[in-house]
Parts: sequence; C-alpha cells; structure tokens
Amino acid sequence: MRSIYISIVRRFFRCRRNHFCVLFVGEDLTGEASMKRLSILSAAAISLMASSATAQTEITWWHAMGGALGDTVNQIATDFNASQTEYQITPVFKGTYEEALTAGIAAFRAGEQPNILQVFDAGAATVIGAKGATIPVQDLLTENGADFDINDYISGVRYFFADSDEKMIGMPFNSSSPIMYYNVNAMEAAGVEAPKTWEEFETVTAPALAEAGYIPLAQSHSPWIFVENFMSRHNLPFATNDNGYKGTDTKILANTPELKMHWSHVKDWLDAGYYAYYGAAWGDNQTPFEEGKVAIWLGSSGSFGGLAQMDLPFEFSATYLPYWEAVTTEPTQTFIGGAALFAMSGKSAEENKATAAFFEFLTSPEVQYMWHKETGYVPITTAAYEMAKADGYYDRAPAAEVGIQQLSLPAGENTKGYRMGFYVQIRDVMNREIGRILGGETSVDDGFAAIETEGNDLLAKFAQTQSQ
Amino acid sequence: MKRAAFTHRWIPILLLVPQIAIIGIFFYWPAIHALRSSFYLQDPFGFGETFVGMSNYLSLFKSAAYGRAAIFTVGFTLIVTFLSLGIALLLAVKADKVLRGAKTYRTLLMWVYAVAPPVAGVMGVIMFNQSWGPLSDFFKSLGWDFVLGVHYYDTAFAMVLIAVWKQIPVNFIFFLSGLQSIPKSVREAAMIDNPSAAGRFWDVTFPLLAPTGFFLLITNITYSLFDTFGIIDTVVKGEPGNNPMTLVYKVYVDGFRGNDLGGSSAQSVILMVLVLAMTVVQFRLVERRIHYT
Repeated sequence: MRSIYISIVRRFFRCRRNHFCVLFVGEDLTGEASMKRLSILSAAAISLMASSATAQTEITWWHAMGGALGDTVNQIATDFNASQTEYQITPVFKGTYEEALTAGIAAFRAGEQPNILQVFDAGAATVIGAKGATIPVQDLLTENGADFDINDYISGVRYFFADSDEKMIGMPFNSSSPIMYYNVNAMEAAGVEAPKTWEEFETVTAPALAEAGYIPLAQSHSPWIFVENFMSRHNLPFATNDNGYKGTDTKILANTPELKMHWSHVKDWLDAGYYAYYGAAWGDNQTPFEEGKVAIWLGSSGSFGGLAQMDLPFEFSATYLPYWEAVTTEPTQTFIGGAALFAMSGKSAEENKATAAFFEFLTSPEVQYMWHKETGYVPITTAAYEMAKADGYYDRAPAAEVGIQQLSLPAGENTKGYRMGFYVQIRDVMNREIGRILGGETSVDDGFAAIETEGNDLLAKFAQTQSQ
Repeated sequence: MKRAAFTHRWIPILLLVPQIAIIGIFFYWPAIHALRSSFYLQDPFGFGETFVGMSNYLSLFKSAAYGRAAIFTVGFTLIVTFLSLGIALLLAVKADKVLRGAKTYRTLLMWVYAVAPPVAGVMGVIMFNQSWGPLSDFFKSLGWDFVLGVHYYDTAFAMVLIAVWKQIPVNFIFFLSGLQSIPKSVREAAMIDNPSAAGRFWDVTFPLLAPTGFFLLITNITYSLFDTFGIIDTVVKGEPGNNPMTLVYKVYVDGFRGNDLGGSSAQSVILMVLVLAMTVVQFRLVERRIHYT
C-alpha cells in the first residue's frame, strides 16, 4: 500500500529537469504487467478479427517522460503502431530519470527488461559501461538493414552517448541544452539587452535589473548548467582520460581556478541580490521566473514547449548561455542534456528488428520535427532541422532555435561530452556542496575541494565495479 | 498456566512453518544478501563484482556527509520522539478530565494517524511552499526568513514539525487509554495523600503509565528512524542537495538512486547492527524498571 502512496506522491510532485512539473494525470497504477496483458488481449482480439491472422511482434519502451511530454511519447507510439502492421510498441512511464534507470537495472537483473530503456545523461557511464546489457544502436540499425550514418545527426548530439571509438550506443532521443531565458518586459524596463558575457551581466545587466525591481538571475540545475556546461562553453577539460571516454581510471577536474572563479562570483551575486537560489529542485527555481520575479532564468531548451504553452504575464525570449571573456574569447558549444534510448540485450531477433524499425521511425524528419515542436527538445538529425527551417517554424518562434544553434556552435576538444561512473552520486555531491557554499556553510575553495575528493572516490569505486 | 497439548509431533511444526518461511524469505535471506554485498563493489547491471573487504565500511566512516547524516538522525530521532510523546501526554492528561465528547475527540484525532507519511510530507511541502505557503508566510511575518529546501535548519524544522504532527495522535490515544485504565481507587488514595496535582501526576500517574510509555518510546524511536522516510522523501522532492537526511534515506539515495549497491548494503548492515543493539539495551536496561500488572 505504501509503495502505491509513494508512487502517487512522486508522480504528483516531482519537478524534473528539462520540463515543468510532472503532473499526475491518470497514471496507470496497475503497472506494466496488466498493461502488457491488456495489449496482449487487444492484440489477440485484433488477430481474431483480422481475416489474415498476422502475428504482431510486441515490444515495450520504458521512459521517464511525464505530463505533457508523456502525452507526446504516447502519440509517437500510437503513430508508429498505426504506420505499419508488423510491430506493436507499448510505452510505459517509469517515474523520474533516476527511477527509470533503477527500474531498468532491476528488470535486467531479473531477466524482465524492456526492449527499449530511456537513460539520462548522468546514467550514461553506467549503462554504456555494462557491455552486454545493451545492443549498440548503431549495430542494431545496421544489422537490421537500416541506413545508418552518424553524420546524419547534428554535431552536438553525435558522441555524447557514443563509446570511445565514436560508435553510437544510445539513440539521443530527447536532447536539450541549457539556454538563457529572459523576460523581455523586464529587460525593457531596465533598459538593457540580454547579456552575452558574465562580465556584461555583472557590470551592466544585473545592476540595472536590480534597480528596476527584479531579481536578475536564477537557474535550475547547478551541476548541469554551472559546472558541466561551464566546462563545454569554455572548452575546458572536465575529466582526465579525454573527459572520461578512454577508460575508467578517470579523475574529475572540478577543483579548477576557472570554476572556482565563477562560483566566487555567483556567491557575490547572491549576496548583492543579483542571483537567487531556491534549492536543488528544478521547479522551485523556474517558478519565480514564471511569476515574473526573476528576469533571467537558465533552463533547458526542452523547457521551451512548456513555457510557450503557459499563459505567462510577460513576453519571454531566449539566447545562448553567457561565457566569461576572462576565460575565453572563443566560446564553444555546450553538452547535450536529456536522455537516450537504449536497446536492451537478451531479446529475440524478431523483437530487435521491431526495435530497429521503431528507431528508424523515431529518427525520421517528420517525427523529429513533431517532437521538437511539441516539446522544445532539439531535432537530432540535420534533415529534421532543415525541415523545421523550411517550414518557417523559427520565424514564428525564434527562441525555439536557440538550443540547436548553441549545439551547432564551434566544437572544441572538450565539448563532445563526458563519461563518468556513479555520476548521479557525483551530481548529488555537487548539489550538496553548492547548496552549502550558497548558504555560507562552507567556502568556495573547501566546497570544490570536497567535490573533487568525493568525486574521485566515487570514480575509483566505479572503476572497481567494472573490473571483472 | 494452561498447557496446550498436541497429539502429534508434526502439527506444531506445521503451524510454525508459514511464519518461519515468511521471516526466512523476507528477513534472513535479504539480510544475508546485504551482508555479503557490503563486502563487494558490484556493477549495477550485475556483470562484475570485486571483493573489497571492509572498504565500503571504511569509506563510510571517513565520509563527512555520512557523519552529518548520522548526527542529524540522532538529533531528529530524539527531538521527534520527545516532542511527540511529550505533547501527546500533555494532551491526554488534559483530555482525560474532559469526558463529554471524548469519543468524538478520539475519532477526530485518529484521522490524522491515518494519513500516510508521504501524504503528510506533501501537505507539509504545500504549507511551506516557498512562494505562497501559509506557514512560510507566517514565519516571514515574524521576521524569520523561512525557505524550505535552501536553509538546512529550516528544512530540518519542517521535517520535525511534520513528523511530530503525524505521530501525536497515536501517542495520544495510547496515553489516554493508559490513563483511563488507572484504577479510580488509586487516584482517590493519592488525592488524600497529596493535594498537589503535579505532585500526584509524577508520583502516581506517571509510574503507572510507564508500560504504555515504554511501548510508545520504542515505537516512536522506530517511527523516527524508519517510518519518516516518506516525509523526508517528499520534503526534499527527490533532490537530496544539502538538505538534512536520515541514515535510512541515505541508504535509499546511495543504493537506489545512485546504484552503489555495495556502499548502500554496508549502510544497511550498520543500521541492522544499531537496531539490534538498541533493542537489547531497551529491553535489558529500561524494561527492568517497569512493572507490568
């Protein structure tokens, strides 16, 4: 009974990265078992009714897309099922990203894994490290006769979920990037433009916005936006071993002068009233922006769909994440966030074929464009991006293009991604120390030293789990 | 003393089997597994594992975060247990004197007990909402800049408040029935000996309530340690950040969220040992001073 309560409450309450609050709307509490039974029944009914009794191959897809995103996921599945007669896909919502990963792992250990599992950026090292748990998406597609060319994908999303040989392991289904949203009315009231650099923010934008009665800046995910993407935006290494792609004896480079410089400034901004921190939860930091209290909010490009649907009391727009001119004069692209779809191993060739067919459908320009428009996640292929451009979508909604443009900025040797084990825990350590820094419980130096030490301990532990 | 006699030797065994099976499957088997995993580091998907000896335990003792969680757990348990017992006892003593409508009181108070911890947590999160929570607003009007999820002690305060609120009713009911089972003759005799109500309470009523109190002490400590999981989980909204957390919640965070099975198993073994020690201490030392009738 309690577990049901917990799941209701979770679904009700969780506010997650890359989108607004996940609302609890008629979630199927009976679980995927009965859902499976239901779809088997309906499949049986269909095959009974059909004059030519063709057996359909059924596959399941576990994902972490709640609320409006979940509706779009269901729409894609329905469209796929309607587009052909051989395969039937059933999407199942498994809670937050962390919960979906844990559920997938537990199911795999019990031999009950779904065909497709959605795993988020922080879980990449875990799922890719477990060779044999998944079939690399590149192999899956090629073996099943689909055209696969990694160069069809836009450069920013190509390698984040790839292995050290640049083979694509996970399909970067919902890719986003942190961008800067701003309240246009607030900017006008303060007589400033959206800042391009943090220097400009500190000396021009923030004082003017504060003067005009706004809280100048807030952001929703300190580790993602102000640590990971701080590194990629400035083309700084985030870990040894080529950001962790080459081997597991990796050390995190979180205790660097540039990063500590940034956070010293953030702390100063907080004390001066230029920055506000509402805790580690995504939604708590987004709400004040929606309420018009905060003028600039750093969020996900995937937040666009939700913000656009909301009846905000002001006009909003978006642009690139600022950078420090003192660190670099040639800012680079950012990492993708969001999640990828992994084809789980241990399934029949027939089912793998169905999974490959679904991936092909999913990466078609039409489906990608629809997904991009509905949610704000970036279109992952060049063809889909071209289609959106040709359709005039960005003339109507210029802010929707910012994410993909930022991912298409010049790349650097440190911008393709990072690969670190137990990264969910490393992020928790970052969130904890950053909360302590902002709350005055620890200094920037001590905080980042702790992140480095604990991060390296976790990486060393992860390396031990990988040695057989 | 009555003696039950079984005609066959295997009947009692047969009757015991279901209980033993349940304990074996749901307690001993997982406990043994946890004990074993605590000496290994394991790939989350189960592909590989390395024997690491005591290293999972040693890294816990070195960890500042684990130390903070331990200190918080002790403080939280003491405060929640003390407050929920103290307030409930006070309410029970006062309500004992009011007999009209006592049943209505009891029923109404029972309702709160029926609220599951996560639901209590959700209600707390709503009351303490950063931008429009009535309790946050109330504290702000008193000059206390209360921000749930940002200030460590504010979050801890909210957790304690919710946990105590939820636990008072059950304590109240037990104390009230405990009070009502004290024989009238004893009270009347005490009334002759000691005219002070407070004196009578400490000399006569309180010792007679001791069996109830001891039972409640144990259940309240267990509640604060384990059952508050749902409250903590909803208050931190799934993002531990720099929020306070109990040791039980940390087992979940590291094991289920962070996929570190070895480290998390070591934590649960430590908890197992603690609970065992606590039980022995409670029954050996405290129980001796209590007289059951």
